[in-house]
Amino acid sequence: MELVEKRNLSKKINYVAGFHQDDARLSLTYLAVAFLVLLIGGFLGLFQGLNRAGLLELPSWFDYYQTLTAHGILLLLVFTTLFTVGYFYAALSHTLGGLLPKVRKMGWIAFGMMMIGVAFVATTIVMGDASVLYTFYPPMQASPWFYIGLVFVVLGIWIAAFGAFINIANWRKNHRGKHTPLLAFFATGVFVLLFFGSIGVTVEVFMLIPWAFGWTETVNVMLSRTLFWSFGHTLVNIWYLTAISAWYVVVPKVIGGKLFSDGLTRLVVILLVILNIPGGFHHQIIDPGITETWKFIHVFMSLSIAFPSLMTAFAMFAAFERTGRKKGAKGLLGWFKKLPWGDVRFLAPFIAMVAFIFGGAGGIAQTNNQLNQVVHNTLWVTGHFHLTVGVTVVLTFFGIAYWLIPHLSKRELTPRINRLGIYQTIIWTVGMIFMSGSMHWVGLLGAPRRSSFSTYGDQATALSWDPYLFLLAIGGTLLIIGVILMFYIAIHLMFFAPKGETEFPIAEAEENVMPTPKWTERWGLWIVMFLAIVAMGYVVPLMDIIVNAPPGSPPFRTW
Amino acid sequence: MKMHRAEEIWLIVGVAILVLSMVFTGYQAFAQGMAPPSNTETLDPQKVDEHAPFDNPGVFEIGENEYEVVMTLQAFSFTPNEIEISAGSEVHFTLTSKDVVHGFQVAGTNINAMVTPGYIQRISQKFDEPGEYLVLCNEYCGAGHQLMATTITVK
Repeated sequence: MELVEKRNLSKKINYVAGFHQDDARLSLTYLAVAFLVLLIGGFLGLFQGLNRAGLLELPSWFDYYQTLTAHGILLLLVFTTLFTVGYFYAALSHTLGGLLPKVRKMGWIAFGMMMIGVAFVATTIVMGDASVLYTFYPPMQASPWFYIGLVFVVLGIWIAAFGAFINIANWRKNHRGKHTPLLAFFATGVFVLLFFGSIGVTVEVFMLIPWAFGWTETVNVMLSRTLFWSFGHTLVNIWYLTAISAWYVVVPKVIGGKLFSDGLTRLVVILLVILNIPGGFHHQIIDPGITETWKFIHVFMSLSIAFPSLMTAFAMFAAFERTGRKKGAKGLLGWFKKLPWGDVRFLAPFIAMVAFIFGGAGGIAQTNNQLNQVVHNTLWVTGHFHLTVGVTVVLTFFGIAYWLIPHLSKRELTPRINRLGIYQTIIWTVGMIFMSGSMHWVGLLGAPRRSSFSTYGDQATALSWDPYLFLLAIGGTLLIIGVILMFYIAIHLMFFAPKGETEFPIAEAEENVMPTPKWTERWGLWIVMFLAIVAMGYVVPLMDIIVNAPPGSPPFRTW
Repeated sequence: MKMHRAEEIWLIVGVAILVLSMVFTGYQAFAQGMAPPSNTETLDPQKVDEHAPFDNPGVFEIGENEYEVVMTLQAFSFTPNEIEISAGSEVHFTLTSKDVVHGFQVAGTNINAMVTPGYIQRISQKFDEPGEYLVLCNEYCGAGHQLMATTITVK
């Protein structure tokens, strides 16, 4: 009897503290699998790096292109999606007073769908029936079960997205006239992008499935590529929006400061959603079949995304400076010393931000029409997204994990794990400087991406790339140490760290700020604007690609 | 929701730089003809051999120091293979794929184009420096992708 009372009491305390055991289990499951996927994907990355430097021959039963396909899908699609859903479901549970029972159920169904999908995809890759890389450009044709696996992953994403929408709509109904909590606002943006952004690629996959079964003979190659990139680039912005949700809301609290500006933060979310999709075309700048004019328009549209990023850069450093000055910093840059450099929950996302200065600048350069021609499909591009995704996004995710996992598992981040986290962050950063740096440089010299080790018959130009590829392998080796450390830290925080309470850090608004305008909550309007801009960017070129299409392509299996 | 004066200046300067970069890019692309390869002619990808000019691929001298190279790309080779031209020539490449998507890249130059089945891609380049240029496929095309290469010798 006493025990039951005690249990009820602790349940009530948890409820008041914004903690919900069942929701925590859901998010922890997503995060545990995410870090397992990171471990597997990380090793696949290491094997590639060593092969590319000519140091490791991969066995014929799991060759370079199988490794590359699995590495790309596991890390770019599966790891990031699992982490994003796990993190935002935890944030919704925390800020909206718990997940609705049906939404929690949807979270589990979504997880199951994704796992079924991943099982199909992984099996076909291991069997050697899907060495098509994560972009799976037709007319290279994988096993139909590979595409069916992708459908399951997308269905999982949609169910998770609608679960979030239902929970947020319910909260809004019960809190009329109030602003959605900021993290839930970010979640709305992310899930809107996930849902709408994946429609194009779903249409593509539904074109490919009958073709892969042999029910249709040919496929429209350019249409497939274009639909793929309408999703591919959106995914990039989804990672980015997820990462900056922690920069805006969590990091200021970790350093002991306040929110930069609630209103401007919401404006950044809205802008990132509205301006996102037409970015897809800049992945096709040297493709035939799209006119010079449309490419130029799309470059312009995709550069517009830099505007909210400039706002973010300002907001971050403004929040740092304000906090430092409040702590008594003097002079122009004295605040810099007041930041908690020994706290991994700050250090990891801070390095992520710094990396984005370089990654963003490189991105602006490489997207810029004819400049893209210089580096397209060279290792430069791989270097670019290992800097943006591999550092900016992933280090932010790691930074989140240090407090989110112990918060959910009711444990504590000990000073020992914090110190280990600092080492992890440093090893990761140095590894990425080696790897991404050498990739950028050798890419400028012309070394192609997505190619296994080759000297092209001892051709002199190709041989001159070798020293850079060796540096790439050194970077990859450091990174695998980082992956193993991070996996250990995540598992430790889940199951072995000392029991205790860990805060879900959410920064509060400054006192006496102007209220956030009501119009920021008009999601219906933002979605209409977002779709209107997508239509402006895509309707004419897509019609052109469909109406003026050449006869389609039959399937090829060239591996 | 008011912006700080410093933030306004920061954003105005940032946007001005972006707009300026687009003005430069647009000028180079449209006034100086540097736009990335964007040809829109099509053909039946299953009948490349019957379609002019790919029924007769090769290197053709079409003027003084001017060549046309009609080339097909297929897993995992370029036809014609090993091209020789004289220094200072302008070369116009006319390309298509007989099977999957390939890339056409010449290391050390700005030649870089996707060659997708069903489309005729065109790109031109002036070769001033004598030497051996590495031509490679830079879009994954199958198990032998890393072997798909040839050279252009400029004498």
